[in-house]
Amino acid sequence: MTHSIQVKDLTLNFGAVSVLKTLNLDVAEGEFIVLLGPSGCGKSTLLNCLAGLLDITDGQIFIKGKNVTWAEPSDRGIGMVFQSYALYPQMTVRGNLSFGLKNAKLPKEEIDKRVARASEILQIEPLLDRKPGALSGGQRQRVAIGRALVRDVDVFLFDEPLSNLDAKLRSELRVEIKRLHSRLKNTMVYVTHDQIEALTLADRIAVMRGGIIQQLDAPQTIYNRPSNLFVAGFIGSPSMNFLHGATVDGGRAFLFGDTRIDLAGYDGGAVLERSKAILGLRPEHLHIQMEPEAGHTIPALVEIDEPMGADSLVWLKAGETQMSVRVPVERRLAPGTHVHLKVDISKASIFDTASEQRV
Amino acid sequence: MVDASVNAMAGPRGSKPQRRFSSRNLMLYGTLIVVSLYYILPLWVMVMTSLKGMPEVRLGNIFGPPLEVTFQPWVKAWSEACTGLNCDGLSRGFWNSVQITVPSVILSIIVASVNGYALINWRFKGSEVFFTILIFGSFIPYQVMLYPMVVMLREMGIYGTLTGLVIVHTIFGMPILTLLFRNYFASIPEELFKAARVDGAGFWGIYFNIMLPMSLPIFVVALILQITGIWNDFLFGVVFISKADNYPMTVQLNNIVNSVQGVKEYNVNMAATMLTGLVPLIIYFISGKLFVRGIAAGAVKG
Amino acid sequence: MATSSRGARVFRNLNAKIAAIPMIFTAVVVFAGFSVWTVVYSFTNSKLLPKANFVGLDQYERLWSNSRWLISIQNLMIYGALALVFTIVIGFVLAVLMDQKIRFEDTFRTIMLYPFALSFIVTGLAWQWILNPQLGIQNVIREMGWTSFTFDPLNNPDLVLYGLLIAGLWQGTGFVMCIMLAGLRGIDEDIWKATRVDGIGTWKTYIVVIIPMMRPVFITTLVLVAAGIIKLYDLVIAQTSGGPGNASQVPAMYVYSYMFQAQNLAQGFAASTMMLLTVLIVLIPWAYLEFGGKKNG
Repeated sequence: MTHSIQVKDLTLNFGAVSVLKTLNLDVAEGEFIVLLGPSGCGKSTLLNCLAGLLDITDGQIFIKGKNVTWAEPSDRGIGMVFQSYALYPQMTVRGNLSFGLKNAKLPKEEIDKRVARASEILQIEPLLDRKPGALSGGQRQRVAIGRALVRDVDVFLFDEPLSNLDAKLRSELRVEIKRLHSRLKNTMVYVTHDQIEALTLADRIAVMRGGIIQQLDAPQTIYNRPSNLFVAGFIGSPSMNFLHGATVDGGRAFLFGDTRIDLAGYDGGAVLERSKAILGLRPEHLHIQMEPEAGHTIPALVEIDEPMGADSLVWLKAGETQMSVRVPVERRLAPGTHVHLKVDISKASIFDTASEQRV
Repeated sequence: MVDASVNAMAGPRGSKPQRRFSSRNLMLYGTLIVVSLYYILPLWVMVMTSLKGMPEVRLGNIFGPPLEVTFQPWVKAWSEACTGLNCDGLSRGFWNSVQITVPSVILSIIVASVNGYALINWRFKGSEVFFTILIFGSFIPYQVMLYPMVVMLREMGIYGTLTGLVIVHTIFGMPILTLLFRNYFASIPEELFKAARVDGAGFWGIYFNIMLPMSLPIFVVALILQITGIWNDFLFGVVFISKADNYPMTVQLNNIVNSVQGVKEYNVNMAATMLTGLVPLIIYFISGKLFVRGIAAGAVKG
Repeated sequence: MATSSRGARVFRNLNAKIAAIPMIFTAVVVFAGFSVWTVVYSFTNSKLLPKANFVGLDQYERLWSNSRWLISIQNLMIYGALALVFTIVIGFVLAVLMDQKIRFEDTFRTIMLYPFALSFIVTGLAWQWILNPQLGIQNVIREMGWTSFTFDPLNNPDLVLYGLLIAGLWQGTGFVMCIMLAGLRGIDEDIWKATRVDGIGTWKTYIVVIIPMMRPVFITTLVLVAAGIIKLYDLVIAQTSGGPGNASQVPAMYVYSYMFQAQNLAQGFAASTMMLLTVLIVLIPWAYLEFGGKKNG
């Protein structure tokens, strides 16, 4: 497998503050990697380091096998798309697209050819002689993508490119970016805090926190088998239900208060016996029923239900623990109803309380 | 009215009546007008006095308009008023001031805008420290730095010359202008700068192609600030110009009006004062809100 | 690798560093270096030329026993205190009046601010003429019938500072009004809505809510006005030339005359060092409040 981007032991300190901690990342050619995490997790910082817009403290960065650790941003073979579009306001769209090529002293015919091709791909030909101020948000972002496109590079870096757009445009452009990727087959590194974008676009998602990559995996793996408590809680909305308890019987059952849950069929390693463990259950992996089933249900009290159009969220209390369950919208439950939640253990996750790692 | 008490739907309805001549408004506008008179008065008196002949001035009614309008005092102030042995009027000082102001304004703005740009987008180790010293330095009384400055310029062989004064204005104008540009450049999204770097533009490329075209308003503000500031300067003119022939307008004006020789010609003095104040006044009235923005930007620390 | 990368970085930002040379020069050589030089040479007995012949505090003893200096300092303190209080009070009151959603706001502001565009020389000369005892205000009012009316501050040693003050306020209050107005406009509209709902009167809102919220604006204005007052020079030169007698002398004039006229350099250095000290007394508490507080908060 050829690597498009290789990051080796990348460390970045701002004064005494350590922002990225000996981080390693290999991106395959043509891969779509999404860096996902809460604000301040270092995802944008990492992207800026890849672009050469930040000087790193230690480590190395290779792009297409070339060590670019000290190279200027324009010499790295990358194109970049920014959250605020960052179009030069005094230049026309054509000027914006060709500015980098002029700096690279390309012949005029070559510049024209590339601008024409990029504007054809993005369907912005009618806009070429307008200034960014006269464009809508979606059009601006297309031009911003075009600016990366004309550079004719193998690596695209996206820094939260859709977060300034409204919900409708965002989903349209998301599809367009995906289409662009399947057409161009470039390597793309995409930073976002929006998990829908991450889950829909990525070949692999790198979930980050505190300057460390917590998990780097395919979207479905991240969703179904989060490697630790943070990833489990961060991905999914509403977030995963966490039941604090212990594993007993040599790891064959989970004890939550007085409720015993059978762990046969758990998709993971050896559970073992742990005095403190956490059982993670997604809202859609629980089923509400009226009758208890020993070893498979948790008693709970309905607090409120929230119809959301396609489905409905029911908020419940199991002992002192707040839980949510996704149910079909037709299913209305009155507050105060006693119910039992059936657990689908094959889709559950168990975490060690001390290490917060999935077992 | 009888209906109103019966019908529950009656009572206030529609837009609330505005009392234009309320006592509050009378007091408000009354105060503002009286205050405005205090501010207008000197300008009025200067203009009126400068349009009267000396016999009329001696009658004493400084607030009254001239019975007979004459422009003779203006002509005399411009081309005949004496300072010491020179009797070619304020025109000499005017042209000196032009020669001082134009290069000083240009040089100081170029230097300060590049400073501000480097401070925001190309921070290097210690750059903020130098900037802090610069800002605190702007509070140091000039008197503390005057003499060493004289020594330095003398060593360079430009003490007393126009070039020397231009450098002095550039140096002492630097804190406020650098602050002005730094704050403005800070408001330009950093992503624009990053995009330009990805596009391969360097220090000067980004300055000329991206920053400069986006910053015209702040250049105008700086221009206003500097033209009025340098035109109005007195201290540096006195200290750093050695030949009386080269004095800027303010210094020459003071020498004309406060000279102890001869009979005081108040009308000529006021015409001379008006002439000296005219350049900043014109700038002020033309620039309007930009002037306000300039001083506010200068006043608010970064 | 760390060392070689650092080596590369020196050249990486080279253009920026070259461009910053004038700033570095100004900050280090002029503002820091020249000030230290002057302070050091204030301990010498330099006369016509600076000589490193140190005589301890001699110059300061001479300074503080010179009646002209004592008058200068006294004048600066009286003028400074009055100017500071009046500029800020008048500036704020005017800003409040301007903030009442009045008509012709631009016109009023133009009128109040134009003196700020004029030099102190022009200001001083204009007011010198208006306050002229034979032909100015005093004469106008006497001709209106009050023959015993006396208002001749520029020729009365006891009142001359007030004559300067009238001109100084005329020139500077519009500027302070503008800063204060900007401060008032910067206050969240919702604050006003909240006080209306709570039924707090307009004037009470200003005193209880707005003024405390504008503390940073007041402090900045205070520092700016104070720094300007300490530099006070041109206005006095134009309006009174320091007279009558020595009654309106200020420190900046003392410095100038010893440094450039009396050829007693070290005495001028000592006086300017005292000016620097005065500024530091104003500046250090402000810097502490402004920047020291941030580290804790």
